[in-house]
Amino acid sequence: MDTLIAQLQRQFRDYTISLYHQGFLDDQFTELKKLQDECSPDFVAEVVTLFFEDCEKLISNMARALDQTGNVDFKLVGSSVHQLKGSSSSVGAKRVKGLCITLKECCDSQNYEGCVRCLQQVDIEYKTLKAKLQDLFNLEQQIVQAGGRIPQVDI
Amino acid sequence: MVCEMETDQIEEMDVEVLSSMWPENVGTEADKQFNVEKPAGDLDTLKEVTIEEKPTIADLTRLPELMNSTQQGSSQLTNLVKQWEYMQDNAVRLLREELKNLNRQREEAEAKELKIIEEYKFESNEPENVPVLDETSDLFRRFRQKKRDALVDSKKIEIYEEFDTVAYWKQKALNLEKMLEASTERERRLVEKLSESLKTMESQSAPVQELTQNLERAEGFLHFILQNAPIVMGHQDKDLRYLFIYNKYPSLREQDILGKTDVEIFHGGGVKESQDFKREVLEKGKASKREITFTTDLFGSKTFLIYVEPVYNKAGEKIGINYMGMEVTEQVDKREKMAKLREDNAVRKAMESELNKTIHITEETMRAKQMLATMSHEIRSPLSGVVGMAEILSTTRLDKEQRQLLNVMISSGDLVLQLINDILDLSKVESGVMKLEATKFRPREVVKHVLQTAAASLKKSLTLEGNIADDVPIEVVGDVLRIRQILTNLISNAIKFTHEGNVGIKLQVISEPSFARDNTLTADTEEQEQNGLTETSVWICCDVWDTGIGIPENAIPCLFKKYMQASADHARKYGGTGLGLAICKQLVELMGGQLTVTSRVNEGSTFTFILPYKVGTSDDYSDDQDEFSDMADHQSEPDDTAEGYFQFKPLLGSIYSNGGPGIGNDFLPHKVMLTSPIKLMNSFVADPSNNTGQSEMLQLENGGYVDESKLETSSGHCPESAHQYENGNGRCFSKESESCSSSQASSEGGTLEMESELTVSSHREEEKAETDLKETSKPKILLVEDNKINIMVAKSMMKQLGHTMDIANNGVEAITAINHSSYDLVLMDVCMPVLDGLKATRLIRSYEETGNWNAAIEAGVDIKTLENEQVCVRSTNRLPIIAMTANTLAESSEECYANGMDSFISKPVTLQKLRECLQQYLH
Repeated sequence: MDTLIAQLQRQFRDYTISLYHQGFLDDQFTELKKLQDECSPDFVAEVVTLFFEDCEKLISNMARALDQTGNVDFKLVGSSVHQLKGSSSSVGAKRVKGLCITLKECCDSQNYEGCVRCLQQVDIEYKTLKAKLQDLFNLEQQIVQAGGRIPQVDI
Repeated sequence: MVCEMETDQIEEMDVEVLSSMWPENVGTEADKQFNVEKPAGDLDTLKEVTIEEKPTIADLTRLPELMNSTQQGSSQLTNLVKQWEYMQDNAVRLLREELKNLNRQREEAEAKELKIIEEYKFESNEPENVPVLDETSDLFRRFRQKKRDALVDSKKIEIYEEFDTVAYWKQKALNLEKMLEASTERERRLVEKLSESLKTMESQSAPVQELTQNLERAEGFLHFILQNAPIVMGHQDKDLRYLFIYNKYPSLREQDILGKTDVEIFHGGGVKESQDFKREVLEKGKASKREITFTTDLFGSKTFLIYVEPVYNKAGEKIGINYMGMEVTEQVDKREKMAKLREDNAVRKAMESELNKTIHITEETMRAKQMLATMSHEIRSPLSGVVGMAEILSTTRLDKEQRQLLNVMISSGDLVLQLINDILDLSKVESGVMKLEATKFRPREVVKHVLQTAAASLKKSLTLEGNIADDVPIEVVGDVLRIRQILTNLISNAIKFTHEGNVGIKLQVISEPSFARDNTLTADTEEQEQNGLTETSVWICCDVWDTGIGIPENAIPCLFKKYMQASADHARKYGGTGLGLAICKQLVELMGGQLTVTSRVNEGSTFTFILPYKVGTSDDYSDDQDEFSDMADHQSEPDDTAEGYFQFKPLLGSIYSNGGPGIGNDFLPHKVMLTSPIKLMNSFVADPSNNTGQSEMLQLENGGYVDESKLETSSGHCPESAHQYENGNGRCFSKESESCSSSQASSEGGTLEMESELTVSSHREEEKAETDLKETSKPKILLVEDNKINIMVAKSMMKQLGHTMDIANNGVEAITAINHSSYDLVLMDVCMPVLDGLKATRLIRSYEETGNWNAAIEAGVDIKTLENEQVCVRSTNRLPIIAMTANTLAESSEECYANGMDSFISKPVTLQKLRECLQQYLH
């Protein structure tokens, strides 16, 4: 039993570190983890879920706006991407945040092609992150179920 | 074919060569035969000729006949020759006669010619001396040349005829005789003519007249030149009196000038100089030039270039000077202007290059500073993560070794954070971003608070003293945050370098120092106008003194430099960033003051800073009471604000300095807790009736302050510990005690006086009551943010820090919320829909100034509850508004400050940033 926990814990640690190293997450995610305590044990999961819902909504908003060929409301796209940037920055979704910055620039220069391309990338990126974090939470759950403690991961 | 022909010819040639080998006389016939046989076409014409000659030479038969006829012919020939000779003689004679005639005729002609020439010579004799008539003299020369040529010719003829006979000589004698006659005749005629000429000479004056005319013309020409040349020319005698003067622009008539000297003619500047110059030339006998500027009544200010040369007579004596002057005023002006222009240009160029250099350096410095600031900022975020994590880690269960390691880690992290904060502070001050605030504060309380804080973390047996002179106003206006920062810095510095004895702060009012006298006056009046208040300025001198190791004299100059400590040894021994004093100095100077230090090695140091403060005339401070006055009220010591003396003894073991709750675990053993925190230095307890003295003693109850400081610093992580402490009433709540602190504490405890039970209990009660008060008056915080996730994160962080907060989703909601209830702090997102943070802040500030929301209504914000005028109570207090910005670039922060925000947090918000912010703005 202990070996299973240790194995899971190691897996969790490695996976977390890989997420940081591959640039999916940054320090802000660590900040979030800090906020999770006995009073709000699922804080990170809650925030992240909210974030992904937000992503879905904002991305579909932007996609709709960009679909209006010939009459694209860049301002609308801009405000959405600003929101998304703020959210991703707050949860520490580093890659999404980076793409948002690029998308914002494209939007400011009314570069339609760039916007579409960036948006596609954002879509892919947030879905990837979602899957990865899902894996991470699953690992956490497994550890808890096995009776172990979630290890502190130093980045 | 051609080839064949050629070979044929060659063969023939061979044959020919062969045949020529025969002797000539033998081979003639053969030759002949051979030649005859030769084809005719190939024979030379020359050969044919030789063949034809041969028969004529060979005819010898007619020779005697020929001899006879030859003899006859020769006699006839001699006859003929004689006859020819005779005829020849005759012809010669005739020719000679002819020649004689011709000679004679020519001589006559020559004579005539000579005559004519001589006549002409007489006429043209005199004009030759007149150089003006060069052409005539040329003509004359030409004539003479011709005459010479003619003479040579006749001679030649004579020589040619020398070979002849006596007749010739006779003839020649005759000729000469005739010539003599002719010559005498001619001489006679010439004499006649000469006398005639002499006679006519006197009567005929034509050449003289011509000469005179020429001279006159020449003079006229010269005169014209002299008159019209744009120069003044003159001739002066030995006494420098003018003999002649030519002036194109005469301002005086000639008779006014001639016979006078310069000095007699003009008056004014330059006249004497020119006179002296002329005299000098005359004496030295050397021509020279000089530029002289005249300022005379006659022609104003003019510059002349004067050339003077001495004049000599034939005997070599000086008889005067020639003088030539040209007006060069314009040229001189131009030249001077040009020189000035060139000089200006050079100066401007030098300045330009200097400026460019400065700009370059400044730019470089700015860039370097910007870089440093950015770097620091970038480092701070991850580092705060590291420290934060370490802090959290310290709340978990750790064994002793792990805890020690962790403590080292936290303290190192804190040091780095401190360093970075210092760098950012410095760069803020240097780049002028740092804005000073003017808020009312009570210097006594500030000093008290600083000493308390220091005492709370004191690990040495030092006594901290505060001494404030009576004349220091109860309330002054200044940037309390910065002043507190300076004091804290200096005090912690003093404590660091003091191992035993006292450390203290002394405040006193001084007269305006000389260094500030001129510039503060204007600044004061300006600010007074701005505030619309009648305020007086007061200068307060603050000494922070210690009895520590002191500073060697040679180290003092570099004390305030960045990253400098008195010595490398000190840096190792005492640690620190070396930035503290530099920041203090910069801050003090920013506030218009001065920071100085005096020190003696092993006796202690005193850092003195002098700052100007404004003193409000209004006495009401009801709205400005911070927790200390609250506390003082609560402790029923209303006169606390006027107390002039505080003393603190070390609170050993209360190591909340780092705010790390983990350290709280290694607390002190029971006995120490009973003594040290609640120690009384003097037997007499502070008495409201006793506070009139110059340096009356106020005994401060350390216990109360421990509680306070703990609440402040530990609330985020371990609020239970405070309760533990309260409830435990001095009970030990640590499992282990560090040997050093306990031994220190116990030794300290030995010298301490025990406080009476009664006092202790009464203090405990007060503490409890105070804590209750604190809990009920928790600071109200408003978060203005539109992003749900950001709200969620920030809220959770606030919870961790032990605070709750209200949420507004945009600027309008924020204004409505502020209108409804009062807040202690507002965290404001900058970029928001409906009404952004900058505008909202401006409107809130306008409300604070005017007491109404007119500006907001004008901006289109719908505020229905405006009629509730109860809010006016708060309007006098400035609400701290902290911006939350996505980018930390200078423009953005500038904008925040410009719109009335107090500070800014860069996004994403972290626990550390929030904690710092709350510490700064919630007291």
